[in-house]
Amino acid sequence: MDSYNIMFVVLAGIIVASSVLTVVTRSIMRAATYLFFALLGTAGMYFLMGYTFLGAVQTMVYAGGIIVLYVFAILLTRGTKDRISENTRSKIALSALLSLVGFGLVAFIIFTANLRAQVITAPDESVMNMSTLGRNLLSTDPDGYLLPFEAVSVLLLACIVAGVMIARKR
Amino acid sequence: MDYQYTLLILCLPIVSFLILGIGGKWLSHKAAGLIGTLSIGTVAVLSYYTAFHYFAERGADGTFASIVPINFEWLPFYVGNLHFDMGILLDPISVMMLIVISTVSLMVHIYSFGYMHGERGFQRYYAFLSLFTMSMLGLVVATNIFQMYMFWELVGVCSYLLIGFYFTEKPAIAASKKAFIVTRFADLGFLVGILVFGYYTGSFSFDFTENFQYAAGALHGVAPDAAKAIAAGGFILPTALFLMFIGGAGKSAMFPLHIWLPDAMEGPTPVSALIHAATMVVAGVFQVARMFPMWIQYAPETLHYVAWIGAFTAFYAAAVACAQSDIKRVLAFSTISQIAFMMVALGVCTEMTTGHEHVGSVGYMASMFHLFTHAMFKATLFLCAGCIIHAVHSNEMSAMGGMRKYMPVTNWTFLIATLAISGIPPFSGFFSKDEILSASFAYSPVMGWVMTGIAAMTAFYMFRVYYGIFWGTENKQLHEELKAHGHFGEAPLVMTAPLVLLTLFTVFCGWALPGSFGSFVSADGQAYNIHLDPQIAITSVVIACISIGLATWIYIRSSQPVAERLKAAMPHLHEWAYRRFYIDEIYQFVTHRIIFAYISRPIAWFDRHVVDGTLNGLASGANYVGESIRPLQSGRLQQYAYVFLLGVVVLFFIMII
Amino acid sequence: MIQIEYILIVSAVMMFAGIFGFFTRRSTLAILLSIELMLNATDLNFAVINRLMHTGGHEGYFFTLFSIAISAAESAVAIAIMINIYRQLKDTTADKLSKLKW
Repeated sequence: MDSYNIMFVVLAGIIVASSVLTVVTRSIMRAATYLFFALLGTAGMYFLMGYTFLGAVQTMVYAGGIIVLYVFAILLTRGTKDRISENTRSKIALSALLSLVGFGLVAFIIFTANLRAQVITAPDESVMNMSTLGRNLLSTDPDGYLLPFEAVSVLLLACIVAGVMIARKR
Repeated sequence: MDYQYTLLILCLPIVSFLILGIGGKWLSHKAAGLIGTLSIGTVAVLSYYTAFHYFAERGADGTFASIVPINFEWLPFYVGNLHFDMGILLDPISVMMLIVISTVSLMVHIYSFGYMHGERGFQRYYAFLSLFTMSMLGLVVATNIFQMYMFWELVGVCSYLLIGFYFTEKPAIAASKKAFIVTRFADLGFLVGILVFGYYTGSFSFDFTENFQYAAGALHGVAPDAAKAIAAGGFILPTALFLMFIGGAGKSAMFPLHIWLPDAMEGPTPVSALIHAATMVVAGVFQVARMFPMWIQYAPETLHYVAWIGAFTAFYAAAVACAQSDIKRVLAFSTISQIAFMMVALGVCTEMTTGHEHVGSVGYMASMFHLFTHAMFKATLFLCAGCIIHAVHSNEMSAMGGMRKYMPVTNWTFLIATLAISGIPPFSGFFSKDEILSASFAYSPVMGWVMTGIAAMTAFYMFRVYYGIFWGTENKQLHEELKAHGHFGEAPLVMTAPLVLLTLFTVFCGWALPGSFGSFVSADGQAYNIHLDPQIAITSVVIACISIGLATWIYIRSSQPVAERLKAAMPHLHEWAYRRFYIDEIYQFVTHRIIFAYISRPIAWFDRHVVDGTLNGLASGANYVGESIRPLQSGRLQQYAYVFLLGVVVLFFIMII
Repeated sequence: MIQIEYILIVSAVMMFAGIFGFFTRRSTLAILLSIELMLNATDLNFAVINRLMHTGGHEGYFFTLFSIAISAAESAVAIAIMINIYRQLKDTTADKLSKLKW
C-alpha cells in the first residue's frame, strides 16, 4: 500500500461517488457539478497512468469547456427544475435493476477474464513523452495520425458553423 | 348490280345516333328530330331502291340469288375454322325486312314529332330511335348467326333504353329492367345454341351449304363424330336449334317468356309501335326463318314443338287480351298472339319445296307475309292508340268511349287496322292469316281448328277494344274537362299522316300485290302463287264475322248489360284473365320466394359473412396487430434505450452461458 | 501497482451510472450529461487497456484523444439544438418532444 495505491483509491472514490451522485441528484445544476468532479477524477486517473497530456486535455476540454457550456445551457433553458422523482417508482426500479444486472455482468466478465496478474506500475519515461506524441500526431507513417487529426479539425469547424446556425436567433 | 351502297343503310342511322347522342344538348328539338328523320328517310329510300333492284332480277332457276356485297372476317375463334364475320346479306327475307323496318321506323320518326312534342329528352329519344333502327337493320342483314346475335343484343339494349325513357317513373324503371332481364336470360340459351351449332357444324354462316357439307363430312377433313352426330339425326342439332329458339322466344314473347312485353308498354307509344309491335319482337320469328333450312333438314320434330308452343301462346294471349282494360295492354297481348301465329306458321312446315301441290312449306311464306302485314297494321293500331292517349292522357278504356265524334281520322284508321287484324277481306291481314290457316290445316286439322278459333278470339277482343274506345260508354265528364283545356280532339297532321300512310299499306298490300309476296318470299325461293282455299277462307271469314257481331252486340251500346252479366256469371274467369292468369305472380313467387329466398339469399349471406368476413377479418386483424404493436414505436427515447440495453444484456447472458 | 481490474470496475461503475441516468432523467440536458459520463467511462477504458497492452503502441491513447474532441463537438451541437428547441417549444423534457414522432 504505497502512495500510488492511496492515490488510486482516492481517485476511484471520487469517480464512483460523483458518478452516482450525478445521476441521482435532483437538481440538474448539481448534476453538472458532480459530473465536473467525475471528469476531474478521470483526468487524475490519466495522470496516474502517466498520460499527462491526455489528463491535461481532459481537464481543459471536458472540465473547462464542456461543463461550462452545459452550465450556460442549463441556465439558458431554465432546466434546473428537473425532478428525477417525477418518474414512476417502477420505472426507476426497473432502470436501476437493469443497470445493476448490466454492471454485474460486466464485473463478472472483468473478474473472470484472468486479468489478476495484469498490473500497471508507476509511470516512467518509456510510457509516453510529448515528442513522440507530437510526432505521431502529425506524421504520415504507419504509426501516424495525421488524417484523423485533420478530419477532427474539419469536424470541429463544421460543429462551430452548425452550432452557430442552429442556435442563432431567427 | 352492285349493292355496296347498302352499307349506307347501316351507317346513316349510326351517324345520326352519334350526332344526336353527343351533340343533342346543343340542338333544338326541331333540329334533332329533323336529323333523325332525314337519316331514316334516306335509309328508307335506299331500302326501297335496294328492294326494287333486288326483286327485279330473278335468277335463271327462278329464285332470287343471295347476295353478300360486304363481308369481312372480324374475329377468328381458333376452334376449327370458326370466325366471327361482319357483313351484309341480301336475300328475299332480309330485303323484305329492310322495307318493313325502314317504313315503320320512318313513320314513327315523323309521328314522334307530334307525340313527343316538348318532352324532356327529345334529342335522347331520337338518338335511341336511330340506334335502334341501325341495330335492327344490322340484325336482319347479318351474314352469320354471330353477327345476328350481336345486333340482337343491341336491339335489346335499345329496347331497355326506350322502355325506360321516362326513367323518373317507377313503373318504367321496373318494366325496362324486367324486359332486359327476361330477354337477356333467354339470350343465354341463344348464345349456347350458337356455340353448340357452330362447334358441330363448323360454320356460323347463313350460307348453309357449308354446314351441309360439313354434316356429310366433306369439309375440314371430316370430324367423324360430329358428322355422325348431325347426319345420323342425333340430338345435337335439334338441341342447338331449340336453344336458339329459346332466345327467339324471349325476344318474341313466347309463353312463358312473354311477361316482359305487356310491361314494356310503359315506354312512349311510338316506341311500342316500332319496337314492341312491328320490328324487334318479330326478331325471334325472323331468326327461326333464317335457320329454317337447318330446322327442316335436321330438326323437323322440334319445329313442331315450336308450333305447339306458338299455338298455346296465341291462345293464352288472346284469352288475356279479352279481359284487359288498358288499351296498350290489349294491343300488347294481341301482338304476342299474332307473333305466335307466325311461329305456328313456321312450325307447321314439313318440307322445303313450294308449289301448288306441296303445301308443306307454305307456312314459311305465310309467316313472313303475316310478319309484313302485321308490322303495318299493328303499327297503325299502336300509333292510333298513341293519338288517343295523347288526347285523353290515359291508357284506360274507362277514360275513353265515344271518341269517334272527336277523332274521325283515328277512328277510321283504327277500324281498318282492326278489320285487317280480324281477317276480314280485302284487308291485308285476311290474306296472310288465311295462308297461316291453310298451312295449319295442311299440318293437322286440330291445329287448323285451334288457330281458326284463336283468329275468332282475335276478332272479338279487337272489336271489343275498338268499341270500348270509339263507341260504348263515353266518359263525358272527363271529355268536357279536357275540352275546357282546349287540347281535346283530332291529333295534329304529323301524327295523322303516318297513320293514313300505314293504313294505305294495310288496305292495299293484301290484294294489290296479289300473289306477288309469295313470288318474292318463299321457303325454297321459287315463286309461289298465293291462292285462297275457298273452304278455309269462307270458314274463317264467317267465324270472324260472328265474333265481330258478338262483340258489336255486347259492346257497341253505351250501356253494356251483357258484358256485366257475363262478368257476373264468370267472376273467376274474368279475374284470372284480367290478372293474366297469374303468370307474373308465379314468376314473382318462383324468383322471390324460391330462387331469392333459397339460393340467392344464402349465397349473399355466404358472400357477406364468409367471403367478406374473411377479408374484413384479415383487415381488422392487421389493424389490431398494428394497434397493439404501435406502443413499441412510442417515440420515447428512453424506452428505446431501455429495450436496447435489455437486448444487450440478454445477448450477454446467451453468450456467457 | 494497481491491478487493472479495479480501474475497469471504476469505469464500469461510471458507465452504468450514466446508463441509469439516461433511463431515468427527464430533461434532455440531464440525459446529455449522462451521455458524457458514459463517454468518459469508455475513454478511461481505452486509456487503461492501451497502457496495459501496448506500452509501445498508442492506438488507445489517440482514440481517447479524438474521442474527447468529438464528444466536445457533439456536446456543442447538441446544446445548440436544445437551445433551439427550447426557444421553439419552451420545454426540453424528453417525453414531450414528440413533434417528429410517427
